[in-house]
Parts: sequence; C-alpha cells; structure tokens
Amino acid sequence: MDWGSIFIDGILATIGPVTAAYAISAIGLNLQFGYAGLLNFGHVAFMLVGAYGMAITVDLGGPLWLGIIVGILTAAVLGFLLGLPTLRLRADYLAITTIAAAEAIRLVVRSSWAQPLTNGVFGIQGFADSFFDLNPFPPAELYGIGSLVVTGRKLWVMIVGWTIAVLMTLLIRRLINSPWGRVLKAIREDEDATTSLGKNVFSYKLQALMIGGAIGGIAGMLLAIEQQNVTPDAYLPQVTFILYVIVILGGAGTILGPIVGAVVFQFLFFTVDALMVNTQANIDWVGDLLTPAAAGQVKLVLVGVGMMVLMVFRPQGILGSREEALIDER
Amino acid sequence: MSRRARFAWFWLAAITIVVLSPVASIAAGESIGGKLIQTVGTEKTPVESATVIILQDGIEIGTGQSDAEGAWEIPVPAAGVYDAQLDTSTLPDGVGLTDPEKEVLTDINVREGQAKKVIFPLGVGSVSSVSTYDRVGALFVSGLKLGAIIALCAVGLSLVYGVTGLVNFAHAEMVTLGAVTAYFFHASAVGPQWPLLIASVPAVLVGAGFGWAQEEGLWRPLRARSVGLVAMMVVSIGLSFAVRHLILIFFGGEPRAYPDFAGQPPIEIFGISVVPKNLVTIGVALVVLAGVGLFLQRSRAGTAMRAVSDDADLAESSGIDVNRIILITWMLSGGLAALGGIFFGLNEAVQWDMGFRLLLLIFAAVVLGGLGTAYGAMVGGFVVGIAVEMSTLFMPNELKTAVGLVVLIVILLVRPQGLFGTKERIG
Repeated sequence: MDWGSIFIDGILATIGPVTAAYAISAIGLNLQFGYAGLLNFGHVAFMLVGAYGMAITVDLGGPLWLGIIVGILTAAVLGFLLGLPTLRLRADYLAITTIAAAEAIRLVVRSSWAQPLTNGVFGIQGFADSFFDLNPFPPAELYGIGSLVVTGRKLWVMIVGWTIAVLMTLLIRRLINSPWGRVLKAIREDEDATTSLGKNVFSYKLQALMIGGAIGGIAGMLLAIEQQNVTPDAYLPQVTFILYVIVILGGAGTILGPIVGAVVFQFLFFTVDALMVNTQANIDWVGDLLTPAAAGQVKLVLVGVGMMVLMVFRPQGILGSREEALIDER
Repeated sequence: MSRRARFAWFWLAAITIVVLSPVASIAAGESIGGKLIQTVGTEKTPVESATVIILQDGIEIGTGQSDAEGAWEIPVPAAGVYDAQLDTSTLPDGVGLTDPEKEVLTDINVREGQAKKVIFPLGVGSVSSVSTYDRVGALFVSGLKLGAIIALCAVGLSLVYGVTGLVNFAHAEMVTLGAVTAYFFHASAVGPQWPLLIASVPAVLVGAGFGWAQEEGLWRPLRARSVGLVAMMVVSIGLSFAVRHLILIFFGGEPRAYPDFAGQPPIEIFGISVVPKNLVTIGVALVVLAGVGLFLQRSRAGTAMRAVSDDADLAESSGIDVNRIILITWMLSGGLAALGGIFFGLNEAVQWDMGFRLLLLIFAAVVLGGLGTAYGAMVGGFVVGIAVEMSTLFMPNELKTAVGLVVLIVILLVRPQGLFGTKERIG
C-alpha cells in the first residue's frame, strides 16, 4: 500500500476547489441551521438553482457575469418562496417540507418536460469558458512543491473558490456581530421571548433562509464552473446530509466552523475512500467480501455513522461550545 | 492471397462496416432505438409518429417519436439498465401490440457506447384504442395500489411519532429491509428460494426485529441521555444514510424483480384491465390496516398506545409501562413497513434506495392525515397514492412523484395540522 500517494492525494483533495465549494455551501447552511436554528434539509436545492440559473443564462446567450447574478438571485428567490409557507412550522415539519421541495425541484429539472430549458438528465455543459479565459496561469502548467502539484486550471478555481469562502466568512462575522445577528441567535434560543420584545421573528428567519440560500447558490455555481457541467443527479439529498455533517463537525453556530468542518471532512472522506479501495485491491479476504464499487460505498456508510455519533456525543463539533449546541424542540 | 480469400476478406470488411456504421455514427453516446413495424401476415408497414418513453427506475429519461420509416432512437445519459415503454395511445387505429405485456420492455442493458436496439412486436390492435374510461379506471386502481402501499408504511411512522415525538427518517430503511429480506429468502442464489408468500414471513419478522433493535439499541438510550427530539431526528437521518448504503453494499445497485407473479396477465373487471397482484396488494393492505385499527381500538396494548400518544406522563402515572408500549410500537411499525416494502418491490422493483424514494410520499401521507394519527395516515396514504397516479392524466408521467411532494407543501400551507390532526400550535 502506498501511504505517501494516499496522503498526497488526500491533501490535494482537501485543498481543492470542491472542498472550497462545500465550505461555502456549509457557511450558508450554518447561517440557517447554526445561527437561526432553521432545520433546512433541502439546502442542495439552493446549489441546484444557483448552478442552473447561471448555466441556463449562459446557455441562452447571456454573459457569465449576468449568469452569476441570475444564479444568486434565483437562490435567494427560492429561499423566499420556500420560507413563506414553511417558516411558521415546527422544526420537524420544516425538515420534511424542505427535503420534499428539494427533491421536487430536482425531479422537475430532470424531467423531459423541462428539457427545452434544462436539457433534462443530460444537463448543460461548457458555460464557463469566459471564467477560464480570465485565468492568469497557463492551464496545463503544474504548480506546487514536490509531488504536491496542481494544474494551472485547477489553481485558478482554487484561488477563486477559497477567496470566496474567506469573503463569505467575513460577511457572516459582520452579520452575526451586528444587531441583526444577535436577534437571529435570540430567535434560536427562545422564539417566544424574541417575539415578545417586538421583533418580527418570521421576517428574520426568512432573511436568514434567503441569505444562506444565496450563499448556497454561489457554492453550486462554483462546483458547476469547476466541472463545466450541471446535471440534476449531482444534487441528490445526500449532498445536504454531507453538508450537515460538515457544519456539525466544524461546530454549528461558529464563524470558522464550516471551513474547518469542510477541510477535516474532505480529508477523512478521501483518506477512508483511498484506504478502502486500496485494501479491497490488496488484501485478499477484503477483496472477496467487497467489490470495488462496494468498497467505495463504505465511506458513505461512515458518513451516516459519523452523523449519528457526532450528534450524540459531540453536538458542538470541533469549535462549538456545549451550551450553544444543545438544540432542542423549537 | 488467393482470389477466393481476397473475396472473403472484402465481404467481411463490408459487412463489418455496415454493421458497425450506426454505432460509429453516434459513438459519442449510448442510445436505445428500434423500428416500429406492423406485421400483418407477410405485410410489413412502418408505424409513424408513435411515442416511445425511456425510463430508469420508473423515472423518465427521454422520449422519442418514430419517423416515416418507423425508426426511433433516444439517447441515454450513460451505460446502464433502462426500460422502454411504447405509448400505445399514440399508435394509429388498428395497430396494437401482439402481446399487451410487451408495452414496457424492462431491463434493457445498454453497454458503454452502445446503440441498443429493441423491438416492440406490433400487429392488429383492438380498433378503438384505450378509452378515457379505461385509462381513468386503470389509473384509479394503480392509485389505490400505491395508496395501499403508502398507507401500510405511513401508519407505523405516524404511530412512532405519536408515542415518541420522533420523525424517523430511517423508516425508509425498514421498508427497503423488508423487500430485500423477502428477496433473499425468495430469489437469492444463496437463499432457500421459498415462494414469495412464505418468504414474506421472515421478511416481516426482520422488519419488526429491526424496529425492536432500533428502540433497544439506539432510541431508548438516547431518551435516557435526554437528547432533544431535533437532535434525534438528525440521528435518524444519519442512521438512514448508513443503513441505506450498507444495503447497497450487500444487495448491489441493480433493481431486481421477484420471480413470482412477474408478468401476470391482466384480467378484466368492469371493463378495466387489472393485474391480479394489484388487487391482492389492495386487499391484503385493507385487511391488515383494518387489523391495526381493531388492535388500536380493542386490545390492551393498542389502547395503551393511544394513551401514551395522547399524554405519556399521564399514561405512565396510570400504570402503563410506557417503554414497553414504545417498544411494541416500534416493532409494529417495522413489521408494517417491511410488508409495505414487499408489496412495493412486487409492484415495481427491489432496489437499495426504494424506501427512500417512497419516504417522501409516506411523509406526504402522514402530514396529510396529521402527524401522529394512525387513521389519518391510512387515509392520507390512499389520497396521496390516488392523487399521484391520477395526476398522470394531465401531467407527464415522470412528474408524478413531484406532484405528491407539491401536495405535501400545499397541505402544510392550508391545513398544517392535517385532515385528522387536532389543532395545536405547530408553528
């Protein structure tokens, strides 16, 4: 087993653009779940509409910058539409409704009925050329130290992605340390008390859902740009579950939680995957027990187990404080 | 090289080119295609502008129409297993399938880069194609069938919610586990290969056992640690995710069908053609649901269950062993879900994520009836099932699940406590 290459690949995956996208999406979810206490289980839908908003705009002949604005706006509008009927509901109802809405959106996007716009299951490709035209690095050149190298193309996406992640973190810090953020945390702690102070709880929740959704939309766009591809089946409910693991792992309701969670999660996820594939190929009895495809699924089983264990034994995650993380009936 | 050999090589090359050319021309991607030719005696007529639908796991991938030659070709996104359905209502009058069972060709295996050809055998059809009455009737029956399956699964979810307050996302895996266990005892090469009817018994027991194990091993300890309900719901999502992928590892990703009762010929009832197994599904479900109703109304455990559901503290102080009642509820819930899963597998296919795909419709049913109400969940199941199937009258088939989910959202807007729920603060 080649530990060196597993480690190098793990680090490359951890600092790569996908991790940045997950971190950004988790920042949006953290605003909703960690700060406002909204149990949004359809976060992947925001990524979907963000990515599709951009891809469709470019596909119809618009420039990429317009597509990005459209993507952010569609995600925010989705937050508004989803929030209006659901935010008055109790947490469990909210979870059911948001996951159902996310699946409904995915099913509609992939249907042949929507095919003229979304190209159905085949998705839309090659919409981000103008993004890569801006790339100052020669796309095929290798950058890095030793065997830890990335192509110029990837480096460009990485720099943009992590810059956005840092900007979003600063934005959230600004928001949370403002009176607006304090009201939001007050709602999470005690909705009735906040209402009795004359705050419009519903409106604050709606704003949190919309802003968090727009940030999720940005993450969806970054993923889509990196792959130059959007397909509906990349937006399965499991993406939301993984985002929850990231948020809880890093520490729900902390500023740096999503970034820490995303980095740690991606590293573990990738290393476990590489380990499983390696043992499957090299250790006979494991190879007899598991097919290569099944070995790849083990990491997803561990995601589920990890979600349970974290929630039970360390709901505050790596960075959170115990008192703030005791989420309960709201 | 002799003249003869050269001749042979020439023909071999020519045939190769002719055979491979259609593949080469669309080598960019996989597709499914064919020719619709009506054969009457020796006369062959191409059938123009008939619609063929390609499905995967019941979800529409693409549609296409036959051209003047009767040829059709539909690209598919990747190599894999697909179903092709001929929309018989688009056939010209007098043209019909020689075998009505062949309306859907299942398990078409498309390899990497392959342009797969399939054949719908066409002959003389009944002159009047399917009338609206037949179509409505047939859809109503399949709606009842889907409703029965949803109701079986929904009752348990609602009962568990009633006694514990937990929305259990892992309910989906009890459904899948039932179907998969029945498959193991019924059709697996390493299993005992019992008839499905007998294989259902251990499957329901395994479902109940899974419910028991969850309560004993997970939920009761969590309650003892006084973990909040929202945190428990997140735990149930994690459990669902883990178990679903465990099933995927051991069962594989392919959809599989129970060999028993596959390809049953339909029978006519009131002029509607119905597959007998659908009627059995509906009948058994109704009997079981009535049994659950009787159990809740008449038996001691059932009455206690309703008492715990109403007010657990009051029930405890009046001498009911609340933990025992909760355990019984979990086992009942698991057994019912497993039974629903077997019927779902019988009517569609057994697959690792079948429960999760059904779960959102189960949620819709439970919320429609009112979370925590057993009878509400039953009624809700039938309403959702019928609404989903009947919606295909006006909407594309592939959007029917989305219809169920939209129903769910609308209910929450209009009457969030559900049809049978009591008005409490749920905001």
